[in-house]
Amino acid sequence: MVNIYRGVDVDIGVIRDPDPGERRVAATPATVAQLVKLGYQVVVEPGAGAAASFSDEAFAEAGATIGDPLTADIVFTINPPPASRLDALAPGTTLIGMLNPRLSPELVEELARRPITALSMDAVPRISRAQSLDVLSSMANIAGYRAVVEAAHAFGRFFTGQVTAAGKVPPAKVLVAGAGVAGLAAIGAAGSLGAVVRATDPRPEVADQVRSLGGEYLSVEAADVEVSATGYAKEMSDDYNERAARLYAEQASEVDIIITTALIPGRPAPRLITARMVAAMKAGSVIVDMAAANGGNVEGTVAGEVVVTANGVTIIGYTDLAGRLPAQASQLYGTNLVNLMKLMTPEKDGQLVLDFDDVVQRSITVVRDGELTWPPPAVSVSAAPVATAAPAAAPAPVKQRKPLPRLPLIGTAAAALFLLTALAPAALRGHLTVFALAIVIGYYVIGHVHHALHTPLMSVTNAISGIIVVGALLQLGHGGSLVTALSFVAILLASINVFGGFAVTRRMLAMFTRS
Amino acid sequence: MTIEAAAQAAYIVAALLFILALAGLSKHETAKAGNTFGIAGMALALLATVGLAVAGTLRPLDLALLLTAVVIGAAIGLYRAAKVEMTGMPELIALLHSFVGLAAVLVGWNGYLHVEAHLTGAEAVALDGLGVLGIHSAEVFIGVFIGAVTFTGSIVAYLKLSAKIKSSPLMLPGKNLLNLGALAVFAVLTTWFVVDPQLWLLVAVTVIALALGWHLVASIGGGDMPVVVSMLNSYSGWAAAAAGFLLENDLLIVTGALVGSSGAYLSYIMCKAMNRSFLSVIAGGFGIEAGPADDKEYGEHREITAEGVADLLAAASTVVITPGYGMAVAQAQYGVAELTRVLRDRGVDVRFGIHPVAGRLPGHMNVLLAEARVPYDIVLEMDEINDDLAGTSVVLVIGANDTVNPAATEDPSSPIAGMPVLKVWEAEDVIVFKRSMASGYAGVQNPLFFRENTAMLFGDAKDRVEDILRAVTERVGSR
Repeated sequence: MVNIYRGVDVDIGVIRDPDPGERRVAATPATVAQLVKLGYQVVVEPGAGAAASFSDEAFAEAGATIGDPLTADIVFTINPPPASRLDALAPGTTLIGMLNPRLSPELVEELARRPITALSMDAVPRISRAQSLDVLSSMANIAGYRAVVEAAHAFGRFFTGQVTAAGKVPPAKVLVAGAGVAGLAAIGAAGSLGAVVRATDPRPEVADQVRSLGGEYLSVEAADVEVSATGYAKEMSDDYNERAARLYAEQASEVDIIITTALIPGRPAPRLITARMVAAMKAGSVIVDMAAANGGNVEGTVAGEVVVTANGVTIIGYTDLAGRLPAQASQLYGTNLVNLMKLMTPEKDGQLVLDFDDVVQRSITVVRDGELTWPPPAVSVSAAPVATAAPAAAPAPVKQRKPLPRLPLIGTAAAALFLLTALAPAALRGHLTVFALAIVIGYYVIGHVHHALHTPLMSVTNAISGIIVVGALLQLGHGGSLVTALSFVAILLASINVFGGFAVTRRMLAMFTRS
Repeated sequence: MTIEAAAQAAYIVAALLFILALAGLSKHETAKAGNTFGIAGMALALLATVGLAVAGTLRPLDLALLLTAVVIGAAIGLYRAAKVEMTGMPELIALLHSFVGLAAVLVGWNGYLHVEAHLTGAEAVALDGLGVLGIHSAEVFIGVFIGAVTFTGSIVAYLKLSAKIKSSPLMLPGKNLLNLGALAVFAVLTTWFVVDPQLWLLVAVTVIALALGWHLVASIGGGDMPVVVSMLNSYSGWAAAAAGFLLENDLLIVTGALVGSSGAYLSYIMCKAMNRSFLSVIAGGFGIEAGPADDKEYGEHREITAEGVADLLAAASTVVITPGYGMAVAQAQYGVAELTRVLRDRGVDVRFGIHPVAGRLPGHMNVLLAEARVPYDIVLEMDEINDDLAGTSVVLVIGANDTVNPAATEDPSSPIAGMPVLKVWEAEDVIVFKRSMASGYAGVQNPLFFRENTAMLFGDAKDRVEDILRAVTERVGSR
């Protein structure tokens, strides 16, 4: 463990992104309050939240001061700051943001040249423990929703089907390629607008998730089942791609909206929709290519732009879909950061502790005190691969107790009873008959007891078993004073039972009322 | 008509009334009538017996003693019944079982003192003449044995339930051998006693049985108490039946057998609910599965505030509440009932899902909810509600843990694997009320807490429920 700061007051600086296209901010008044609770002082750059509708006053009200964030010990950002601003960071500063170290080696070098610590939120491993820090998921969720909103905006028709006096409107058909977080968010959003939603994904295990959001899962009937060790989809075999292409071509001519979300970490986005498929789409159709920043899933996508093809298909290539819901995105991103701070502030005393034994903290650390720690050792996601490694194997049957072999048991009991009765003297025989019959009656009488009445039933049987008082009564007066004394005690005890049992049952039953 | 004949007739009627009582208790509609039948049967049996005794050799002094004992017993019983908290019901019932057990021991001892202690006395000679003296001896022995096991077993159960001793299972080495050994010694001693009824044999069997009863229940963990209590209920019935054989009293035999077999069947139902073997319950060695919590990584839990829960509830269309023993401990049932009423007034469909072994007594939760005036037709059992959970907006898990543990169905290596559980995780949102992240009674970590649709609400369940109630009513008020 390394205690990065031994100083008393640790500040968190929240910077304003110099890029006017970035409307998100790394903290909101709500998350500032939580950071303050963790023992930090928060400095927000003037106007940092303006584009996301968080005013400086709101930040100040939540406990932040407005000032220069670069002098703080910890700096929160969305995107990596330009080199000029990095220079302004004091030695020992911890920079936390979406640094994207996989795709920008030059930035990593730049960071490693400085005596700072850099943590990249987009490198959080996909293990369940780290879900609350996973900004990629929270941003993808927002982006998926926004993609549907963008598509609906560009689409000249309803999403939902209606029958009106002016004629029948068929529902829009939406195809979502890739059922990751973004894809699932898109499926949910499109479905709730009333569209017919279909989704494809190379991982068959997501079929249930697609269905749970009201979508229809289209499977590419492939021989090889994809298992990804990192929780992300990976590149597929040629055979698979061929079959997938046929599926997409089929769907393209049929659907109104296509939303593609296929991203493979650290690689250019796979080409799913070719120009031919786009050309086959109906005029007025909309494609939202969520992978535009990484080259696009669709042939003809221009990153950051909206293009309309010759046959009237709109291809939206926005790369800032999450940023287009700036307040929402800032809130979720800010909460992710708060969760990271909770993880790294075990004492809740405003002292940041970087624990390299923790895979989550290790994975996100790009640079530690000027020392390059990227790339981190691989973390295998335990959940998905284990579940999918053997898809053919049936889930292990739930352990059930074997029912006792009935017939032999009954046979043995019957034989024992027979012997006992046959060998018993005449006086006992009658009692045994009564005994056996009473057991059977007890069993049947209780057979259908309502579960709710178990307790009253038990207290009433309890009272009834106080019948042993009869036995003690009969013994009273026979024999000496010792017998009398013992009988007296027995009668007393059994009476407690009889009266207490019935009274408490009565009390309980009086409580059961029907609405 | 002799007094004996009248008493016999009264006994038969009383036995039938007891059967009606048990039958009545199996449905809500007839439960109160059932209790009345039971009281009537008991009154009839007592009157007949007193009549029989008075007509017999009962001296006025004995009658005075008898009445004194009954009056004192009744006073204590009624006082306890009126005073007991519904959350303290398990302890009371366990304590009452111990009385039956002790009474059976005393009756058995009296049987010995009356007959075998004077082998030359009139009674012994008469029995010997019929050739049943040996049987009488065996009956004494068996009655004392069952009674003593019931007595100490119930006392341990009482102490565990009232937290006067630790509820973790006692793990003596070779405990199954100890139990079997005690039974074997009992069989040997019985034979010996039949041949030669010596006083020390009776003392020995009493001691062994007391020790066995103690050990049986001490080795069962607190989480399995519902089964233990119902098992002891059964034992107390068998003890009464044994006394019936001893005294050649059919009423005792019938009643004891009724209670014994119904209690055993009830335990069997509970065992099935927990996927335990019935035989190992009777053997008292089934508390062994409570292993220490493993170190497996489950991820991070999410917290929610009472206001957040109120928002969820206000937007929900269906709510299911699954209470556990924690609700009883926190006395949160009144708040829960009030919350239920408020939500139902707003048109939210609120129901309760009760796991068969929730609480420390079968049906414990139902009694608590009934006490707080939750209508019983919205209190459903596990099988009735499990299929509806997938379509439920919000599930509130209040003080339950093992009964909502997905590991039971999903993780074959879990100590509670195979136990049917409430599938609360299928609902849209699950709120778990908990004091801390500690594991449940079975000592098993609960992956439910780390599910994506689960949020934890920490703190005392009663306070939290009241916070939610306040927040919900504020929202109603502002509309």
